[in-house]
Amino acid sequence: MVEREPSISEEQLHAYIDGQTAGDECAAVEKWLESHPEDAARVAAWRAQADAIRSRYGAIASEPVPRRFDLAKLARRDRRWSRLAAAAALLAFIVGGAAGWFGHEFWEGAGPSRNVTAEAVDAHKVYVVEVRHPVEVPGSESAHLSQWLSRRIGYPVRPPDLETTGLNLVGGRLLPSIAGPPAAFFMYEGTTGERFTIYSRRTSAPQSALRYRAAGVVGSFSWIEDDVAYVVSGPADRARLQKVAEAAYEQLETRQQTGMAKEPHVARR
Amino acid sequence: MLPEQVFSFTQRLVRGGMADGFRQGIQATIPALRRYARALTRDAEIADDLVQDTLVRALRSEHLFHGGDIRSWLYTILTNLNRNRLRSLSRRPAHTPIEETDAPDASGPETAGRDIERALAALVEDQRVALLLVVLEGLSYREVAEVQGVPIGTVMSRLARARAQIRAYLEGERPPLRRVK
Repeated sequence: MVEREPSISEEQLHAYIDGQTAGDECAAVEKWLESHPEDAARVAAWRAQADAIRSRYGAIASEPVPRRFDLAKLARRDRRWSRLAAAAALLAFIVGGAAGWFGHEFWEGAGPSRNVTAEAVDAHKVYVVEVRHPVEVPGSESAHLSQWLSRRIGYPVRPPDLETTGLNLVGGRLLPSIAGPPAAFFMYEGTTGERFTIYSRRTSAPQSALRYRAAGVVGSFSWIEDDVAYVVSGPADRARLQKVAEAAYEQLETRQQTGMAKEPHVARR
Repeated sequence: MLPEQVFSFTQRLVRGGMADGFRQGIQATIPALRRYARALTRDAEIADDLVQDTLVRALRSEHLFHGGDIRSWLYTILTNLNRNRLRSLSRRPAHTPIEETDAPDASGPETAGRDIERALAALVEDQRVALLLVVLEGLSYREVAEVQGVPIGTVMSRLARARAQIRAYLEGERPPLRRVK
C-alpha cells in the first residue's frame, strides 16, 4: 500500500513542537512521525535544542530584579530641561484647550496629593498676605536657607531660580504638617507684588502625575516623586502658574540627580 | 524628534492617570526581558545595559503606545536596540568579544550550556532573534513576525535555518556524541 495520509511539511513540524498546532493537526503530525524516523529525529533534535536554551537561560527570569531597573528612577534620570523647553509649544496648545474650564474648576484627578495640596494652599494663603514677616530666612541667605531646611525636612532641597518667569526669591520657612514630617516652604515675588510659593515635604503617597487645582483665587500644581511631594501655588491664573510650576518642576527634579542648581535670584527688599 | 522630547512633562500632566497601568506592564516584563537579552547577547553586563536602554526608551515613548501587548512592544524595542548595537560594533575595527570563554573546565550541564551558547553565537542575528522569541519567550509566530517586522513566512524560514544550523553545529563541530545502538 502506498501512503495515503496527507504529507506533513517542515513548517508543520516546527509549529508542532512550538505548540502552535491545532489539536487534530497534532494527531496527524504524531502519526506521521511514527512512520518517518528522519523527521522524528529532527523533531527530537529541535526539542533538545529548545530544552538546552531554556535550561541555560530560563533561570534568569526568576532572579530578583536589580535595583537599577527602578522605573521611577529611570524615568526621572531621563528627564531633561531641554525636552521640556521643546515642549513649550505643545503645552501652550494643551493649556489653551483646557482654558475653557478655568476660573472655577477644581480639577480633582483622583490625586493622592490632595492632603498635601490642601496644607500647602493653607500655608500659601496665610503667608502671602504677610507684609513684614513673610519668611523666616530671607532669600539673601539662600545658602543657609537650603542647608537648614534640608537638614530639617530630611532630604536636599534648594529654592529654584524662577527669574525666567519674572519671580525673585523672598525667602523660606519651616512648617509643620498634619502628617508629621515638616515641610520646606519658599516664597517668590513678581514685579507687581504677586506671590508664589513652593511647598515640599515627605509623603508616603505613591508617585503621582502633575495635578492642577484651583480653589477661589489660589491655584496650585502638585506632584509626588520618590516619596517627596511638591506643591507650587499662586494666583489662579493657570497659564502663568503653569510656567512657574514647569520651571520649578524641572529644577527640583534635575537637581535631585545632579546635586546642582543655580543660585536663585533674590528679591531686592 | 519633537514629539518624543515633549512628553515627560506633558505626559504626566495630561495622561498621568494612565501612567500607572502602563508602568506596571513594563515592570512585570523586566524578568523576561533580562532573560531574552542575556540569551541574545550572551553577556550579563551588555544584556542588562540593553534592558535598561529598552526601559528608558519605553518610558520615553509612552505616548506612542496605544494599547496592545506591552510585552511584544518591549521585545521589539530591545531587538532593535541590539541590532543597532551590533551595527555600531561591526563598524568599529577589530575587538570582537564573542568567544573567549572557551576554557575547557566544568562538565555535565555546564558543558551543554556552553555548547548551546556557542551554537547560538554562530547564528545570524535575525535567526537568533526568531528562535529565542519562540523557544525561550514563548511568542507566537505572528507575534515574532510583528517584532521583526516581517511576514510570518520569513519567521518560519529563519526558525528553520536556525534549527538546522544549530543541529549541524552540535553534531558536527563538537566531538560527536554518538550512541551505540
